Amino acid sequence: MITLEHYLFLGAIIFTLGVLGIFLNKKNLIIILMSIELILLSVNINFIAFSAYINDISGQIFAMLTLTVAAAEAAIGLAILVVFFRNLGSIEVNKINQLKG
Amino acid sequence: MVLYSLTFYLFSSVAVLSALMVISAKNPVHSVLFLILSFVNASGLFVLLGAEFLAMILVVVYVGAVAVLFLFVVMMLDINFVKLREGFLQYLPFGALLGIVLVIELGILFLTDRSSNIYNNQRPLQPIVNEVENTKMIGQILYTEYFYLFQICGIILLVAMIGSITLTLRDKGGVKRQNIDSQNTVDASTAIEKKKVKIGEGI
Repeated sequence: MITLEHYLFLGAIIFTLGVLGIFLNKKNLIIILMSIELILLSVNINFIAFSAYINDISGQIFAMLTLTVAAAEAAIGLAILVVFFRNLGSIEVNKINQLKG
Repeated sequence: MVLYSLTFYLFSSVAVLSALMVISAKNPVHSVLFLILSFVNASGLFVLLGAEFLAMILVVVYVGAVAVLFLFVVMMLDINFVKLREGFLQYLPFGALLGIVLVIELGILFLTDRSSNIYNNQRPLQPIVNEVENTKMIGQILYTEYFYLFQICGIILLVAMIGSITLTLRDKGGVKRQNIDSQNTVDASTAIEKKKVKIGEGI
């Protein structure tokens, strides 16, 4: 019997893998962006599982909004990555220090 | 019910394993391909939950657009990926510890929720039962109740599009461009040049 908990655990595992991906691949900006996509996927799994759980379609609408934001984020992130590579010739995250923050 | 459980475990285990491969693959192209596998399996889970429209949207938007965009960028940039993997093993023990702690804490939260018994989550998840199908249900609520959110989505996408175009647009020198003003202000005196050509000679 598959209950809500199964889906919540699945979402938690994928979320943790996404966070770990950011943590372990400290230099590769592309993998970091993909990890963010994984985190947003786990959010979507939770939204849809709860939508089926409380028998309400609104969760699926919010999952769609998350998809929109994820697509926009990927487009902007990759554009910034391309500009960064053009200026520095590398995508190492620890070389991003031009703002001296 | 057994078939449902088996399908859930199949799709979720492949999704988790490919998510693991996304963050640990040596080659970023493999990472992107595993990301695609992960998303396809997640869309299978969405079908199990009765969200058919979102499952299709996930395949179309992610596999068709975002993952291909990632693949395009990975292949376009000439990067030494071996150098970028330095430090992966250095952070691995601490990272694995952090991940295990995070999963255990989230698990404890869900299990406490079960024992507190505020609401009964020990029933099997069923797709939403309604007389209209999933896509029609979403359409009926998206264009009425959530219409402003829908429009804000459009604005977000527009801003993302303009932003990424402005970021990557650059003015290369030596490109011949159309100058519409000068084209429109041309008249016969500037456009035509009269020359006397002598008979038997060229210009």
